[in-house]
Amino acid sequence: MSSVASASPLAPATDARRRPSTLTVYRWELRKLISQKRTYLGLGLIVILPLFFVIFQSVRQNHGHGGESIFAAQITQSGLATPVLMLTFLVLFMLPLVAALVAGDVVANEDGNGTLKTILTRSVDRGQVFAAKTLAAWTYAATAVLLSAAVATVAGVASWGFHPVRSLSGTVVSAPEALLLIFAANAIYLIPLFAVASIGVLLSTATRNSAAAVVGTVGCVILLDIISGIPGMEGAQPYLLTQQFEAWQGLLRTPTDWAPIVHSAWLCALYAVPALFVGYLVFLRRDVAGG
Amino acid sequence: MRQSAAGPARRTTAEDERGCDWREALDNAQPVKARGLVKRYKEVLAVDHVDLNVRAGDVYGFLGPNGAGKTTTLRMALGLIMPSEGSVELFGRDPLRAGARALEGVAGFVEAPRFYPYLSASKNLQLLAALDGGDARARIDEVLDVVELGARAQHKVGGYSHGMRQRLGIAAALLRRPRLLILDEPATGLDPAGMRDMRELIRRLAGEGITVLLSSHQLPEVQDLCDRVAIVDRGRVVYEGALADLRRQGGAGYRLRTTDDERALGVAREQPGIDHVSLGENGLVLDGQERDIGQLSLALGRAGIGILALTPELATLEDLFFRLTEGSNAANGADGTTPRGSLEAGVV
Repeated sequence: MSSVASASPLAPATDARRRPSTLTVYRWELRKLISQKRTYLGLGLIVILPLFFVIFQSVRQNHGHGGESIFAAQITQSGLATPVLMLTFLVLFMLPLVAALVAGDVVANEDGNGTLKTILTRSVDRGQVFAAKTLAAWTYAATAVLLSAAVATVAGVASWGFHPVRSLSGTVVSAPEALLLIFAANAIYLIPLFAVASIGVLLSTATRNSAAAVVGTVGCVILLDIISGIPGMEGAQPYLLTQQFEAWQGLLRTPTDWAPIVHSAWLCALYAVPALFVGYLVFLRRDVAGG
Repeated sequence: MRQSAAGPARRTTAEDERGCDWREALDNAQPVKARGLVKRYKEVLAVDHVDLNVRAGDVYGFLGPNGAGKTTTLRMALGLIMPSEGSVELFGRDPLRAGARALEGVAGFVEAPRFYPYLSASKNLQLLAALDGGDARARIDEVLDVVELGARAQHKVGGYSHGMRQRLGIAAALLRRPRLLILDEPATGLDPAGMRDMRELIRRLAGEGITVLLSSHQLPEVQDLCDRVAIVDRGRVVYEGALADLRRQGGAGYRLRTTDDERALGVAREQPGIDHVSLGENGLVLDGQERDIGQLSLALGRAGIGILALTPELATLEDLFFRLTEGSNAANGADGTTPRGSLEAGVV
């Protein structure tokens, strides 16, 4: 019989317990996400949209495709044009919305339900909980983007084949290389999306209200996009978060244009780091009185 | 081979040292020591300079009407909210400074225990065990059996009744093998059988050597379980000390039945140190110190009056509670000064 089994279940501990790592807390944040139905709402949208797009395009295959962009013009020539086109469609609103759904909810929901006090009276520090929640929000955002890319790629290739595509510079890229570039481009898009998620975590922590945090995050994205369109605000454009949503296109040029990607990386850090720092301070000092 | 043998040996030594330090800290330090705790919410003073002294082995009742500041005080003790002034230490550690380390050896819940409704009881405890570390995960089935939820372990908590959630809250606390258990109104909302079971469980826990800090406004529960109490009213502690002392201070009365109550009444009234003598249907009721009661029994014997029964009648906690809290309310209402209890000794 083990020592655990032989001891009285009520007897106090006689040894110090080993405290859990932040990785353990993060794993459990993911398990909580996986167990919630609403987690699949955003992912469902992300899956349905590429499928709907491919089915719709297949039905109207013989019609012209306008040639609005180089990838739109190639839509029926290579299935690999589909994920690029989908990314173009989803970057500004849909993917930030999906990222905000979880990031805006991740702290506020626990606060409202009273489970925040439950986990904060265990053997984990507030900093660990905040880090794990931020990582979980980022993981969800990354999952949404990569899932969208995977579904669009599979659906596009299934409909129109695994063929070379022309890059934004007009050069022909082989199908395997294009596939690699597509997923790399999606990974680059994660940089501004993580900044959006970080703002969501801040609002979730500060407002203690899931709806307010989600709406606030999406509203922030819309506001920045509106600012970028105001005449006379052109000078501010390079510093707006929403302008970084298209930095990934630098990868689809020949040769690769790294300048917008590098610019995006440091600019997004300027949005994300202060948001997370303030969120961390708020979380550290806040009164947990909910529930 | 030698190296692999040395590695674990070194780790074991380090863990042993840490374990010894931890045990020493828990053995020597006071489970709860609060000094001058204050919590203000803008204009509202929720907790007003509260001192608490919970000693090892106590079943300590934290008693007060709704809104008296009990839960706020417990939240500060667990590091969930920050005091506006003052400090609280659990086994010598301040939760605000030491973080989760201050909660080693401590478990419990404030207000109703909360869980993830979309997870089963077992999954909820697995999550909490992961956040506890140590052997907690291996004890999930045991603690569920202790609170008699083993058969419902795989059911989602969203479908649990209030009483089941309270019991799950106790199970979650027991996962940590606590030396100090902080329970905020654990019997609230339970049916009579549930309340009886909860009391029995707390009694068992105390019997295992766990110090219990029990917040309640249910006086019979506290009277039944607790050996020391703090009575809080309007954010202030109006009494802290042994429950038995409080009841003695509240007036140690005696009931006396004799072979001739009429004559005994006369003897008692003549006896120095015996006060408030009255004759009722079930004999005499009187007040006095033990020494004077002894003298009275001798005097009755000399007078040829036989004593059939002489039993102490302590004031109930309910009497004392209302005397303390209503007294303080009256004082507060009369002149706006700081509420104080009406009992003399032991009043904080």
